[in-house]
Amino acid sequence: MGHILIRDVCKSYRNRRITRRGSRDPYQPGETMRILDHINLEFCEGEMVCLLGPSGCGKSTLLRLIAGFDMTTAGEVVIDGRKVVGPSPNHIFVFQHSGLLPWMTVWQNVELGVRNVEDLRTRQEKVQENIDMVDLTDFEQHYPHQLSGGMKRRAELARALAANPDVLIMDEPFNGLDFLSHMRIREEIVNMHELLRKTTLVVTHDIDDALLMGDRIVVMGGRPAQIKLNRQLDFPHPRDPKKNAALGDLRDELFLMLGVSYAV
Amino acid sequence: MNRSATHTRSLLMERASELVGWRRGKRRIVLPLVALAVILLAWELTTRYSGWSAQVFPSPSRVMRGMGELIVNGMLLRHSIASLFRVTAGFYLAIIFAIPIGIVLGRVETLNLMLNPVIQFLRPISPLAWIPLAVLWFGIGDKPAVFLIFLACFFPLVVATAIAARAINPVFFQVAANFKFNRWETTTKVIVPAIMPDVLTALRLTVGIGWLVVVAAEMLAVRSGLGYLILDSRNALRMDYVMVGMMMIGLIGIALDDLMRRLVYLHPALQRAY
Repeated sequence: MGHILIRDVCKSYRNRRITRRGSRDPYQPGETMRILDHINLEFCEGEMVCLLGPSGCGKSTLLRLIAGFDMTTAGEVVIDGRKVVGPSPNHIFVFQHSGLLPWMTVWQNVELGVRNVEDLRTRQEKVQENIDMVDLTDFEQHYPHQLSGGMKRRAELARALAANPDVLIMDEPFNGLDFLSHMRIREEIVNMHELLRKTTLVVTHDIDDALLMGDRIVVMGGRPAQIKLNRQLDFPHPRDPKKNAALGDLRDELFLMLGVSYAV
Repeated sequence: MNRSATHTRSLLMERASELVGWRRGKRRIVLPLVALAVILLAWELTTRYSGWSAQVFPSPSRVMRGMGELIVNGMLLRHSIASLFRVTAGFYLAIIFAIPIGIVLGRVETLNLMLNPVIQFLRPISPLAWIPLAVLWFGIGDKPAVFLIFLACFFPLVVATAIAARAINPVFFQVAANFKFNRWETTTKVIVPAIMPDVLTALRLTVGIGWLVVVAAEMLAVRSGLGYLILDSRNALRMDYVMVGMMMIGLIGIALDDLMRRLVYLHPALQRAY
């Protein structure tokens, strides 16, 4: 489960432009902005896909379409043969800034993931299990504002995993984290993926994150965005682009493709 | 030797910082009392040397005596309770109506476009302007007074709730949709807790407004309450009682505000905005 097909997806937004005061017609239909242009992609079951691209290129828009938070202008997103028509616990979104509900404790937040489990005992066991998995034992009764940035991210991950979704969607999961938390959570996501083999989509702008984590790297770019590269990676973990020449070459290629250079 | 000296010093420093903390806590009580004493002294001196008669400008000592009399004969308690009852009733009524309406206005754009102009039109009308209608509709007694307090509390509360409901972070709704909340759950588990910090601030301001209005409301058609006490004492030319009434309003006002301020301690997540 967790096969994703993105078929000829386009997404446009219409800007409603407000003209100067005194204008007869304050709301004019602004021009339509096309964000995504005929995107075709296929992700296999259990794949870890890293979406790379400059900021504002439409990576997050594509994720929101897959999550069902937003509707496509044309084309369709199909998960396991079913067209995505809205949000569902089957594809859980992990938000760029915290998506934890701040008025609920870690426990209550994680419990949202197992809402459909009828039996109280099973539910409690599952919540505990997922909290333990992300190493937040003893923080069950803490509120999000009492946690560090990394702990918040892990709590949200626990909530997403508790729902046992087929697809996990992460929008810049390392945004705003300090260096060490970044490293740690990256490792945890990879370990968890090795263990659970859920189709995982990660949006990032960090080339190294994509190289170290991804089973597949998709580079987007241009306006409107198109797929610049779609490459499967067959390197075993743990990976290190400094030691693996092929990985290092790919890294150079990605830097070139994104129009930046590592050496300054 | 050297080490133990350092240790002693650090203990002393700790003790000193505790003392500073204690003194800082004490300053919060002592300094206002100093100001109060100065004002009372100035008041006493003014009454003594200004040549105004005690009927026109009673001295603090005289007001204190008046307060003693009113406490002993139970009038002060009776009138305070009557006023507090009216404020409570009007305030609760306002909460019951204003918060649900505010939520709906904040979340349903069509209704907001329809009703917001009406609310903005009614809002600046002083509750006191409603007095003739209130008496006509509700007769005399508690009802018109409660109605006026309701009006005074309702509009600020509905506007604050609507603004808070509109400003809820959209991520929370996406989370709710992702975990398949139904409409009722979205309301009780997302909207209500999300607006709570803002609503508490609004409640704190609103109860102050209600308390402000009750005195005016009690100057018509009722025979109890601190407003009535002031009006009645004026008719009896007892300015000391008038001042006792004013002081009581101030004291209860402080107490109410303090009570409302403490509401944020009801829930650990309430102490910050989202």
